[in-house]
Amino acid sequence: MTITDRQQLAYIAGQAADARLNLELETEGMVLNIGPQHPATHGTLRVIVRLDGEQVVAAEPVMGYMHRGYEKLTEVRTYPQVTTLINRIDWLGSFANEVPFILAAEKLMEVEAPPRAQWIRTILFELSRIANITLFLGDMAAQLGALTPVFYAFRDREYILNQIEAVTGGRFHPNFDRIGGLKDDLPKGWGEETKGALRKLSEFCDIMENLVLGNEIFAARTRGIGVIPADVAQAYGLSGANLRASGVDFDLRRDNPVGLVYDKVDWKVWTHPDGDSFARYWVRLQETREAIAIVEKLLDGIPAGPVMAKVPRIIKVPAGEAWVETENPLGAMGYYIVSKGDLTPFRVKIRSASFNNVAVAPWVLRGVYVPDVITILASLYFILGDIDR
Amino acid sequence: MILGVELAYWQVTILKIVLGMTAVLLPAGTLVYAYLFKAVSFMQSRLGPMEAGPYGSMQLLAEVGKFLQKEDIVPTKADRLLFKLAPYVVLVSTFLLVLVVPFSVDDTFLNLDTGIYFAMAVSSVSVIGILMAGWASANKYSLMGGIRAAGQLIAYELPMILAIVGVVIQAGTLNMNGIVSAQWHGEIFGWGGIGNPYILTQFVGFFIFLIAVQAELTQTPFDMPIAESELVAGYLTEYSGLRFLLFFIGEFATMGIFSLIASVLFLGGWTIPWFFDFDSNAYNVIGPLVMMGKMMIVAFLVVWARFSFPRFREDQLQRLAWKFLIPISLINIAATAVLKVVF
Amino acid sequence: MSSTEVEVGPAVDEQRTALVATLSTKLGSALVGSHIRPGDDLWIRVTVDAWADTFRMLRDAHGLKFFNWLSAIDWMPSPFGRDMDAEVDSILQGKVAKAPEPTVTGYAGGDTRFQVLGRLHNLADRWGITIKADIPDDTLTVPSIISVFVGANWHEREVAEMYGIDFAGHPDQRKLYLPTGFEGYPLRKDFPLLARRIKPWPGIVDVEQMPGDDEPEEAAAED
Repeated sequence: MTITDRQQLAYIAGQAADARLNLELETEGMVLNIGPQHPATHGTLRVIVRLDGEQVVAAEPVMGYMHRGYEKLTEVRTYPQVTTLINRIDWLGSFANEVPFILAAEKLMEVEAPPRAQWIRTILFELSRIANITLFLGDMAAQLGALTPVFYAFRDREYILNQIEAVTGGRFHPNFDRIGGLKDDLPKGWGEETKGALRKLSEFCDIMENLVLGNEIFAARTRGIGVIPADVAQAYGLSGANLRASGVDFDLRRDNPVGLVYDKVDWKVWTHPDGDSFARYWVRLQETREAIAIVEKLLDGIPAGPVMAKVPRIIKVPAGEAWVETENPLGAMGYYIVSKGDLTPFRVKIRSASFNNVAVAPWVLRGVYVPDVITILASLYFILGDIDR
Repeated sequence: MILGVELAYWQVTILKIVLGMTAVLLPAGTLVYAYLFKAVSFMQSRLGPMEAGPYGSMQLLAEVGKFLQKEDIVPTKADRLLFKLAPYVVLVSTFLLVLVVPFSVDDTFLNLDTGIYFAMAVSSVSVIGILMAGWASANKYSLMGGIRAAGQLIAYELPMILAIVGVVIQAGTLNMNGIVSAQWHGEIFGWGGIGNPYILTQFVGFFIFLIAVQAELTQTPFDMPIAESELVAGYLTEYSGLRFLLFFIGEFATMGIFSLIASVLFLGGWTIPWFFDFDSNAYNVIGPLVMMGKMMIVAFLVVWARFSFPRFREDQLQRLAWKFLIPISLINIAATAVLKVVF
Repeated sequence: MSSTEVEVGPAVDEQRTALVATLSTKLGSALVGSHIRPGDDLWIRVTVDAWADTFRMLRDAHGLKFFNWLSAIDWMPSPFGRDMDAEVDSILQGKVAKAPEPTVTGYAGGDTRFQVLGRLHNLADRWGITIKADIPDDTLTVPSIISVFVGANWHEREVAEMYGIDFAGHPDQRKLYLPTGFEGYPLRKDFPLLARRIKPWPGIVDVEQMPGDDEPEEAAAED
C-alpha cells in the first residue's frame, strides 16, 4: 500500500466520521485537549484531538512548551561548552546526545579519539541506551494502566545510572565526552561491577517479557494498534526502534559506525514486520537485551592506552561542514555543524529523533480510539526535550 | 436480642449506626493500609509509608487529615448541587450494601428474605452517583469517565447477577444467612466435614463474580472510568478535599463489602468448619472476625489483579462482558439447574 | 582552511563522483554546485526552482526514500558575534566599526544570504546526500516538498518560523514552536540573543582557574 492510498483511506475515514457525526447524530464533535498538563505526556506535549464519541477524527500535536532554542544558543558557545547544553535534549540518555556532536567536531578537526576512548564511549553510549529504554519498557505498561512494571523499571535503571555516575560523576548529565577523547579513564574494578548491574538488567528484561509482553491484555491493547508501514515510516523520517518495528532493517550502529566500535563485536539488529505498537515494544525489549550483550562483550576487550588524543587546549574547529548521526536510544540523532574556523560553531542543526517520530502522529492517530492515542504515543516513545530541543 | 441483653429500640438503633459505620469504615481502612499502602508496595519493591507511626500505621489518619484540610473546590461551570451531591450518592450505595451482609445469625443489620437480590439492586445506585459526578463536573475528561463508568457498570451488573443465580439455585434461597446455612449443611458426595462451600461447585460463578466485582469497583484492568493515563482521573478529575475522600472511601468500602458478599456466597460466610456448631453463640463474636479474614483473602485477589494487569479498552471490556462472561454464566446456570434436579 | 572549494582528500570517491555526474546530466543547469568528502559524504546545490523536483527525482530514481531532515542556514556573519564582544556595542562605545566580514558560504557554494538544505538517505545501500538551494533574497520563497515527503511538514514549519522563509504550497504554515504572535525570526543572525544581551557570558575562553593556580592561564597558551 502506498502512502497516498493510506492517506486517502485515513482521509475517507475521517470524512466518514464527520458525516456520521453531522447526519446521524446531529451533534458536534468534541475537541479534547490532551496536555500540556496531562499524566500521559511525559513532559509537556499537547495533543488536540477532535473526537466523534471516543473515536479520533483528527489529532494534532502542539509543541513548543519546552522549546529552548538550542540551535541559537550553540552559536554563542564554544565547542566544549555546547556539550553541556545538548546533554539536555534527550535527558534520559544524556551521554548519547554528546557523542554525535563530538564526533562531528572531531571529523572537522580530523582528530580521532584513541581506541580506548572509543571503546569506553561505546560502552557508555550503550549504557545510556539501556538506562533510557528500561524506562520505556516500564512506562509503556504504566500508560496502559499496569502500575507495577514502572517501579521495576525505575529500580533497575538505577543500577545503570550508578555505573554511569561512577565513571562520569553525573547520573543524568555526564558531560563526559571531549573532543579527542574522554575526560577520564574508567575507575578501577568498574567492569566487574557493571557486569553485575547488567545481569540485573537482564533479569529485568525477562520480567518485562513475562509481566508485560506476555500479558494477553497488553497484546490485545497493542497488536494492530498504530500500524505504520515501512514507506510511511521512511517518508516521515522515523528512526530507531520505530523504524525497525516497521520492518526496515536499518541501524546506524551497524550501517555507519563512525567513531564507535560496534564493528568489533558480534551483535544483531532486531526488526519486526508488523509496525504496530506491540512490535515497537518488542523491538525495544530485544534491543535492550542486545545492548546488554554488546556491553558485556565490549567490557572484555577494552584496549589499553590513553583516553585523550592530542588536541589543542583552545579548540578552534576548521571551517567546513559535517554531518554525523548515531543510533541514539530514541532513534537517529545527528548534528550538522557548519564551522567558520572560529571558537564557536556558525550553525548547528540538531536532528533529534523524537521530532520526526512524533511528526507521524497526525497520520497514525486518525480513526483510533482515545485509549489508543495514549498507547500509540507511548509506543512511539518520545522525550519532550528531544522534540522541542 | 443481642448476646442475651435486652435493649431498647433506640439503643439498638444507635448500636446499629455505630456498627454500620464500623462495618463500612473498618474494612476500607484495613484494605487501604494493608493492601494499597503495604502489600502493593512490597509487590513494587518499595516500602510504602514508614514515617507516620510504626510501619506507617498512622498514615491513614495523616491522609484523612490531609484531605480534610484541602480546599473544597467546585468548578465555576459545574452544576453545583449535583457536583456536591454525587459523592454522597455513591456512599449511600455503599451503606445500603452493607445492610444485608450477615456477620453471624444475629449480627445482621437487616435479615431480608431477598437479601442478595436487595444487595444487587442497591449496588447499582453508585452508577447514578458516578454519572452525576461525571456530568456535573463540566469537564470533558469527567464526562467521558462518567459515561464509560455507566456503560461499564451496567454491562457488568448482568454477569454478576447471573453468577449469583447459580448460587441461589443451589442454596434454594435468596436470604444471605440461608445461603451460609446451606453451605454449612451441604455435603460433598455425602461427606459433610467442611460443609459445601460453593466455591467448590460454583467455581465458574466465583470466577465470573470476581471479574464482575473487579469491573464494578472500576479497578484495573477495568479502570477505564478513571484511567489516569488517558482521562487524568475520569469522573474524579475535578474533585478535591472531602469529596474526593468520600469517593475514595466509597471505592474501598465497596471493595470490602463485595468481598464480604463473595465470602458469604462462595466461601461459607461467617462459619468455619469443625470448631463450632452452626447454632453456637460463639459465632456472634467470632463470626465478624471470620468474615474479616475471608474478606481479606478475596480483596487481596482484587488488589493483586489491580496492580498486575494493564487496562482493557472500552470496546474490549464490553466484548468480554457480553460475548464471554454472560454466555458462560448462562451455561453455568443451566448446568447448575440440571445438576440440582439430578441430585 | 576558509576555502571550502578545494577538494583534496585521501582518495577519490569514485561512486560519489559518478553519482554527481549522473545527477548533472539529469538536472542539467539546475545543478549548480557539488562537494564530495571522499568516502564519507556528498553535497549538491540546485537552483530553487528545481528544489522539489530534485527531491522527487532522488526519491524515485536513486532510492533515497528516507527523509532525514530539512533546515536552513543564514550565511550572514552575525553582527553580534558571541555578544560579549559584539560589534554593535563597541560602536556605541565610540570605536570605529570594522569592515563587515565577508559572507562565506559552505560546501557546494552559495550566492545568497539564505540557503535551505535537506538530507535524504538510501537505507538499503546506506548512503546519504545533503541537498542545498539558494533562496532568492527578494522573495525568500522555496517550493514545499510535502508532496514528495510528507514528513517535511513540520521541518518546513520550523524553518518558516525560524528564518521567515516562505514555503510555497505548504498547506498549514503556522508557527510550530513559537507563540502565535511572535515577531522576528530567531535563527537569523541579526536576531539578538536577548539572554546574552542582558547578562554577558563570563569569559570568552572557557578556562577555569583551578584552586592551585595563582594567575589565570594565558588564553592562547597552547594554541
